[in-house]
Amino acid sequence: MYYFLPYPKLQQLIDELNQQAYRCVGPQVRDGAIVYDHFHDIKQLPWGVRDIQNPGEYRLEAHDEKQAFAWANGPQAAKPELFKSRESLWRVERDDKGKLCFREVENNAKIALFGIRPCDLHAIKIQDRVFLQDKYVDQHYQRRRENTLIIVVNCSYSSNNCFCLTANGHPQAKSDYDIALTEVDGGFTADFLSSAAQALLSKLALTEASSQQLTAAEKKIDQAVTMQGKKMPEGDLAQLLRDNREHPQWEDVSRRCLSCGNCTQVCPTCFCHREVEKPALDGQSSEHVREWDSCFTEGHSYIHGLVVRKSTKHRYRQWLTHKLGTWHEQFGTSGCVGCGRCITWCPTGIDITKEVAALQKEQQHDDE
Amino acid sequence: MTNNNCYLPHEAEIVERVIESPSIFTMRLRFVDDTTHNAYEFIPGQFNMVYLPGGGEVAISIVSDPESKDLYDHTIRIVGRVTKGLAQLKDGDRIGLRGPFGRGWPMEKAKKHNVIVITGGIGCAPTVSVIHYILNRRQDYGRLSILQGVKHTDDFFYRHRFETWRQAENTQVFLAANELGDHYENWHHGFVTDLLDQVDVDSEHTIAMMCGPEIMMLKSIEKLLQLGMSAENVYLTMERSMHCAVGHCGHCQFGGKFICKDGPVFSFPEVEALLKAKGV
Repeated sequence: MYYFLPYPKLQQLIDELNQQAYRCVGPQVRDGAIVYDHFHDIKQLPWGVRDIQNPGEYRLEAHDEKQAFAWANGPQAAKPELFKSRESLWRVERDDKGKLCFREVENNAKIALFGIRPCDLHAIKIQDRVFLQDKYVDQHYQRRRENTLIIVVNCSYSSNNCFCLTANGHPQAKSDYDIALTEVDGGFTADFLSSAAQALLSKLALTEASSQQLTAAEKKIDQAVTMQGKKMPEGDLAQLLRDNREHPQWEDVSRRCLSCGNCTQVCPTCFCHREVEKPALDGQSSEHVREWDSCFTEGHSYIHGLVVRKSTKHRYRQWLTHKLGTWHEQFGTSGCVGCGRCITWCPTGIDITKEVAALQKEQQHDDE
Repeated sequence: MTNNNCYLPHEAEIVERVIESPSIFTMRLRFVDDTTHNAYEFIPGQFNMVYLPGGGEVAISIVSDPESKDLYDHTIRIVGRVTKGLAQLKDGDRIGLRGPFGRGWPMEKAKKHNVIVITGGIGCAPTVSVIHYILNRRQDYGRLSILQGVKHTDDFFYRHRFETWRQAENTQVFLAANELGDHYENWHHGFVTDLLDQVDVDSEHTIAMMCGPEIMMLKSIEKLLQLGMSAENVYLTMERSMHCAVGHCGHCQFGGKFICKDGPVFSFPEVEALLKAKGV
């Protein structure tokens, strides 16, 4: 059953979440981009803007003032909330007798992720496999996931860099959300999957969405599907990458790649992190911290005096081969959700779909 | 060892330190909590994360006998900031320890087989527990051949251990160095791989286990295969940077493998293509 959630009731929903001690995180315009941060008023949402994205390009344009979600995405969404770019894992203290006491760092904050896109939700499900699927569970991530309420907003627009349809995704979220919204005239059609969401929505005394509203919502999603032009090439990409470790395309892309690591920082599934120590000046305590790392740095593959992946060629190959190939071996899924961020935020506009196509083209040529 | 938080170290005490060479030392450790100490179990080839307070963690293989609950030994080469700091600690100092992690050597599969252990430099440390394991169950295994190579005989350590092993039943020890110091006339002058010429390899009934520089392992494998051994019976241990030891941090990826949890011990066919590629 679908409800209709008019904008004023959306404000009530946000108020209710705040009252229930959720930290509400949602999209807003800052420094010329859409970013996710704490918010309390729906006026803060990105009303009347649309993002224009191309390889190496991102800008916002004025769009229909009556819409809050006429855009595709920004550089980040859910990842920095669930997998913090910097976080303390534990602390250690030394007493007068030299005895050490290791203490866990607790985090029980409740987060409401409002207005993430279906590709962001897809990315969360992939990071869940990284941090939760194995016998070793990351408790920091786990605690945050258990305390997170997800309100996804389906897409009505695909940017030039979106390709979720060829990355096992869709502009409409199909599962794993608490509430899913689709923006129509005057508000949203809404459905829910969790009992927490049901309890929340029942407080708002919503009416059922009309058939016209549901048709309008479907049309919006269809519009995002139809306008999506970019495609990830089809085929067994894991095999393609395994077979083409020495392909000349790696040399080619390394001449364009700055090894800056932007793609790994904006990628919603990249999980590499380093652990660093922050000792207190008196030497009696220390904090064990993790920070996002990138396979494009020299330090990532450093081991006692030796850097394993010395060149940009090796690093780009590692990133792409992992993302689309070995990720399957590790987590039973591709690491790509087709959000297009790595293309947009690459300073030289390297397009992951084109790199794969180039590998495939040469590959076919070899077979002839 | 049960610990709900896989990142959190346990407090351990340095009971004894042994200076093995100017740059190599062994720390003999005891968990401060007795229950943790006694519940701790590992298999040969597994490793621990050793934490220097205020300095950070390093992955170190466990060299003691898995049967012994006495102390857990770790042989460490001074190569970086953390190992340098660990080298400066004294008996009675406290550090952090978590583990064991990773997949160890194929001790079950190796039963009834001859075992050849080929190591280079400090690579012999991760195989010490294998050697003890076999010597403690002598009837379960065939002949044990231990081949160790070093750059210079000055780098040689575990002198007493190698002497003890040489005396053990059905066990051979062969030593090689690229540069020989005085009084090492009985050593082979050259590479550890050359020593394989002195081993009578029963290719059908032998398991090889190796640890050392990748080039040394590749050369040894080449020779073992020439001698008729099948690739499935050749095992090696891999090394990459490790921060978390549980497959989360991404540093130790070797193709699709996480060396920390899928390894560090691999059979040759599992890693052959990757080992031969550059910059993986």
